[in-house]
Amino acid sequence: MAETNMGPATRSAATGRRRFQFGHEALLLVLLVVSLSVLATQSDVFLTTANLLNQGRLMTEVAIVALPMTMIIVTGGIDLSVGSMLGLSAIVLGYSWQNLGLPLGVACVVAVLTGTAAGFFNGLLVTRTKVPPLIATLATLALFRGLAEGISEARSVRGYPDWFFRLGQGEVLGVPSQLWILLVAIVIAWIVLARTTFGRSLYAIGHNEVAARFSGIAVDRCKLAIYTASGFASGLAGLIFVSRVSTTRSDMGTGLELDVIAAVVLGGTSIFGGVGTIVGTVLGFVLIQLLKNGLALTGVTSDATIVVIGTVLIGSILLTNFIGRRHRGDG
Amino acid sequence: MTAVTETAGGGILPGLRRLVATQEAVLLLALVVLVIVVGTINPRFVSERNVQSVLLGNAYIAVAAIGMSMVIVSGNIDISVGSLIGVLATLSGSLAVSGVPIILCWLIPLVVGAMVTGFMGLLVAYLRIPAIVVSLGMLSILKGGLISITGGDWITDLPEGYHLAQMRPFDIPMPIYFMVFLTIGAAIWMRYSVTGRSIYAVGGNAEAARLSGISRERTIVKVFVIHGVFVGIASVLFATQLSIIQSTVPPNLELTIITASVVGGVSILGGVGTVIGSTFAAVLLAAIGSALIFVNLSPYWLRAVQGILILVTVLADILRRRRMSRRR
Repeated sequence: MAETNMGPATRSAATGRRRFQFGHEALLLVLLVVSLSVLATQSDVFLTTANLLNQGRLMTEVAIVALPMTMIIVTGGIDLSVGSMLGLSAIVLGYSWQNLGLPLGVACVVAVLTGTAAGFFNGLLVTRTKVPPLIATLATLALFRGLAEGISEARSVRGYPDWFFRLGQGEVLGVPSQLWILLVAIVIAWIVLARTTFGRSLYAIGHNEVAARFSGIAVDRCKLAIYTASGFASGLAGLIFVSRVSTTRSDMGTGLELDVIAAVVLGGTSIFGGVGTIVGTVLGFVLIQLLKNGLALTGVTSDATIVVIGTVLIGSILLTNFIGRRHRGDG
Repeated sequence: MTAVTETAGGGILPGLRRLVATQEAVLLLALVVLVIVVGTINPRFVSERNVQSVLLGNAYIAVAAIGMSMVIVSGNIDISVGSLIGVLATLSGSLAVSGVPIILCWLIPLVVGAMVTGFMGLLVAYLRIPAIVVSLGMLSILKGGLISITGGDWITDLPEGYHLAQMRPFDIPMPIYFMVFLTIGAAIWMRYSVTGRSIYAVGGNAEAARLSGISRERTIVKVFVIHGVFVGIASVLFATQLSIIQSTVPPNLELTIITASVVGGVSILGGVGTVIGSTFAAVLLAAIGSALIFVNLSPYWLRAVQGILILVTVLADILRRRRMSRRR
């Protein structure tokens, strides 16, 4: 698949790419404003603070995982196992609290550590064995989900103490608690990707891994770090998910990977690597959630909404490609 | 398997070694070992009934994996395949219930499948949108579209003579014929036809393929269209195996199909792999699932064991390739 990248993309200079990126983010912003205003006229509930904050709550798990996913896809990799890592962390949380009798606080730490370890394992597979990330994480998707099913034996865990729900159902200063976590995560991810040497080297790896290696970038260490971060984020998202829905089940997070990748790709990150920003990803998942909610409020079924999101995904990439080509003058 | 093994020197002994070193041979060996070991522990595993039910229930996955292998060899991927099977199965069933001649109920899904994947192929080839993105969008469109049209209802009261997958010419279930003959046909076509070879060329090195006069765009569109026909066949086998058609397909069906291709030795980077390997892998994965039940392993651990086995197969393949490239 890498070969396809050699076409127009390499011809464009770095400035062209920046313009392309800006073009896509501007496009998303326009889409966002248009859909906000159209949907607001269709429903009285849609554009209320209460509704928007509640949508933020529902969006958090996908959003948190989408941040490290952006970095992974920027390096030209992918992580399909995020949904399974979320499920595994959730199960470990329930199991170590209820069956092993650990204090819930400790169980939370163990759960997030499990996710982190799972991500580290992905990173080792990708860097040490050179198995393509798509395959490596396809295998661990089955493995981690399998572990979750095996440990839980299809039993759900309920009856968490009240304080635990503050994370997923509570509010801090009038804003859902998990949105604060998300906000911090977005700021950190943005700084890391856009403003640090580490972040720049991720782009370098995505553009040309061999060249990155020769220019002294510790490619393997960078990759190991972002796959581990993906596991950490999935673990954290698992914690928030359990706290939000008050129960733990082994099928939690099934299919999450596709939602996350859709948000990242809609945000303008190129699946071939080398291109993408955190701002784009944020616009991506906000747009998806607002479309889902807004259309649901105007009476469109949730399944028809999925159709709209798929169309927007393809359409926005098409449009950006078109604009980008016109800018470079080779369309 | 492809160019790499073919260019090495002749001779019977090296030839034999090359044959043994292919992914197809490794999978066949794994299958034989599995059958012997599990068959000894529990003879019911190799009973005609179980063997048939394993092959019968998974033939459609093997058929879909043939098309998927071609797509992956060309350097692309299609993650919408699970939803497409669901859509086409529902289409076929709805046509049958509304009184359309049965032969058309079997053929229309093939045509519609080819049109849907052909459209994806056009976007991938000419507009250069990555296949994973196109098919991700298509996945949402198909999945959402299916449920909003059917409302999640099952299709019942299917007419007599519609159940292709339940037919048994010469006492062998129909899906097995499809699996075997389509695999052989596709393998020969990929190896000896001009278009078949050009799939490898495009997937292996698009630039070199272009310089040798192969149109990347047209090859990719062709591959996607053919893939759609295979998906259509798979969907008809899926739709006709039970007396009802559910509006859902098994979860993660697309991943099962991609796993079969990849474990079968098709390189996700393109240019390498055969459909014989993918069919062996589809059968092996199904057999493993069944074997775990027969050795009394808790079904809850089934997926974990499958995951480990996929990982081991992929790692073994990587190691084998590395050793082979060192030897040369």
